[in-house]
Amino acid sequence: MAYRREVLDTPDWWRELDEYINDQREKNRGHVQSALIPVLHHVQDRYGFIPDKAINHVAQALGVPTSYVCGVASFYSYFSLTPKGSFTVAVCLGTACYVQGSQAVVDEFSRRLGIRPGETTADGLFTLVEARCLGACGQAPVVMVNDEVHAAVTPEQVPNIIAHYTALAPREPASSNMA
Amino acid sequence: MGNVELTINGVRVEADSGSTIMDAADKAGIHIPRLCHHPRLSMQGACRVCIVEVEGVRNTVASCCYPVRDGMVVRTHTPEIQRLRRDIVELLLDNHPSDCNTCERNGNCELQRLASAMGIRERLFAGERKRYEKDLSSPSVIRDPEKCILCGRCIRVCGEIQEDAALSQVYRGFDTVVMPAHNAGFMETVCVSCGQCINVCPTAAFLEKDATAPFMKAIADPDTIVVSQMAPSVRAAIGECFGLQPGRAWEGQCFAAQRALGIDYVFDTQFSADLTIMEEAAEFVAKVKAGGPLPNITSCCPTWVKYAEHFHPDMLKYLSSAKSPMSMQGALVKTYWAEKMGVDPDRIFSVAIMCCTCKKFEATRPELHVDGRAAVDAVLTTREFGWLIKHMGIDFFNLPEEEPDSPLGSSTGAGVIFGATGGVTEAALRTAYWMLFDKDLPKEAIEFKAVRGMEGVRVATVDFEGLKVKAAVAHGLANANRVLDRLRGGEEFHWIEVMGCPGGCIGGGGQPYAGAYAVPLDEAMLLCRSCALYDLDAARTLRLSHANPDIQGLYRDYLDKPMSHRAHELLHTHYYARVPFGIRPQEAQL
Repeated sequence: MAYRREVLDTPDWWRELDEYINDQREKNRGHVQSALIPVLHHVQDRYGFIPDKAINHVAQALGVPTSYVCGVASFYSYFSLTPKGSFTVAVCLGTACYVQGSQAVVDEFSRRLGIRPGETTADGLFTLVEARCLGACGQAPVVMVNDEVHAAVTPEQVPNIIAHYTALAPREPASSNMA
Repeated sequence: MGNVELTINGVRVEADSGSTIMDAADKAGIHIPRLCHHPRLSMQGACRVCIVEVEGVRNTVASCCYPVRDGMVVRTHTPEIQRLRRDIVELLLDNHPSDCNTCERNGNCELQRLASAMGIRERLFAGERKRYEKDLSSPSVIRDPEKCILCGRCIRVCGEIQEDAALSQVYRGFDTVVMPAHNAGFMETVCVSCGQCINVCPTAAFLEKDATAPFMKAIADPDTIVVSQMAPSVRAAIGECFGLQPGRAWEGQCFAAQRALGIDYVFDTQFSADLTIMEEAAEFVAKVKAGGPLPNITSCCPTWVKYAEHFHPDMLKYLSSAKSPMSMQGALVKTYWAEKMGVDPDRIFSVAIMCCTCKKFEATRPELHVDGRAAVDAVLTTREFGWLIKHMGIDFFNLPEEEPDSPLGSSTGAGVIFGATGGVTEAALRTAYWMLFDKDLPKEAIEFKAVRGMEGVRVATVDFEGLKVKAAVAHGLANANRVLDRLRGGEEFHWIEVMGCPGGCIGGGGQPYAGAYAVPLDEAMLLCRSCALYDLDAARTLRLSHANPDIQGLYRDYLDKPMSHRAHELLHTHYYARVPFGIRPQEAQL
């Protein structure tokens, strides 16, 4: 599923976030700060990244200083503070995948998309990341595109994978107005 | 908390069961090297410089956060520990600019001292160096992440002592940087410019913004009339810039040094401290007579004012509208004094020598300008003043004791004690009593000892002929929050004094760095500095602001009376809620 970034920054969006925050406040009564990580997960899951505006909002809503929220959000590699593409291509470079030749797969994605790992294509469709063990070593080399697993990927399959997701892409890749 | 007995380096040591190995060693007179540890801040255990060997424990442990146990056998300086510690410190040096010769903290740097004590005489490692831009956005505090060794003291002092939480560690591992939210410049954050990050930083990752260059330029220009003022606390701490122990004031030498620097007219902020007392006491008396709004909350500390604007906008209505002594003095220099002297105010360069970094910010506040001019053109910290004295080859200790110039230089003991926490309260109550009852307090009642001292919050009730005046005094912004929590909880106060820095201005962010055998924010050091001020007060013949003849003259010739129309124009100001809205860290110890 591609991130529906066109819904970002609408009143409904923030209302839903507040509802989630209130749920988490209830669940973490007495230690509201514990709600911070689930709330950041929620933002990241729904929007693909954590915009500054959401950090400020979460900090206010939970009563955690903004600087501390920035510290937590930037500490975990799962959270991204910059917009990601509609599709995040994570190529596993864990030991099992690496010995099965996953470096060549990363290089091929990199060449075809014209970006280095960690970067996003100019059209906002693809973000390439290097992953450390996705827990599917039996199917090495493994590539995950958002939540879909591709097993035993060879460099030759890379163009097909790219074409498959390009066809699924939203008509107008929305650009965030929150970044 | 029972006692336990342990052995450190073969010596039997008694310690409280809740204490750490480092505490126990300190008590036994064994100094374990340390860097991130600070006795007034929470445990961090980040730098690993304080590692020791504990028998039966496989790895070395950080003694600053390892609890003592009965029968524990600890060794602190074995060859192996010495080697490890040396390497840990060298790895810190490795990722640190090697520019000690040109660094502002050369000779005052804990990392430098540590490297020397560890015996690092050659470099064994060569690794990657981090490169970052400095944050020069604040008029008060510079942040230089290249000098940062990630000890986290700044984050802890900002979050715990000041409850401001402007700083946090961001990113991870080698990429970790200490920065405000969103890596914004300080002026776009809740930073209140108190400068305590500068005081606790072991290196030069935080510094004050330099004001010596514009000052030297003004001194060199024959057409510019340079007029100075100096905060009370500067005289109480300046000796430390020259290696003296704290506790002695060098008042006369400070005035002589200013003349030696080439300043044309040397005045004293203590004059306007007396004036602030007149205005603020009059405001307080008016509020008491009108039945409110009370409490009257002091506003002479710019750090506290900015903090209240970010964190307590609902409390701004209680803040006294009186400007700080520095801004009152600046306003008078370019109006009253300029008129009296017949000089064009545009020719005046007004410099303030302050114990405070936030005064640099205060000087830029547009609402404090007078007739479109900055009331104060440059603010030098005590450290900058000390440096200028050295820079100009002035033999400070052999200077004659001189007096400030007239009429904006005379002061009473009430103006002196402004520099110590509780001092403003004491000074204001002395004058408020006179304003209410038209007589002075009896001599033995002049000193309100109950509001003195270093306790974080002090509450005292003073008998005003039957009216029980309840005053609260807080220093350090966390303590201010405690008082405001009590106020919001329904407790009634007539008067609340807040000073942003621990100890009041004497512990300001612009004061001399702690020396080689001292700890920044150390209570004993702060007490020594405040005693220097109380001694000056006790030695004064005039100890009541309203008894200052030049203050009386100023009202007679120029201002009419406290709270007059002219006084309002020149000596009072207003406040406004600031964004970003502040979020107090409270229990959020992340």
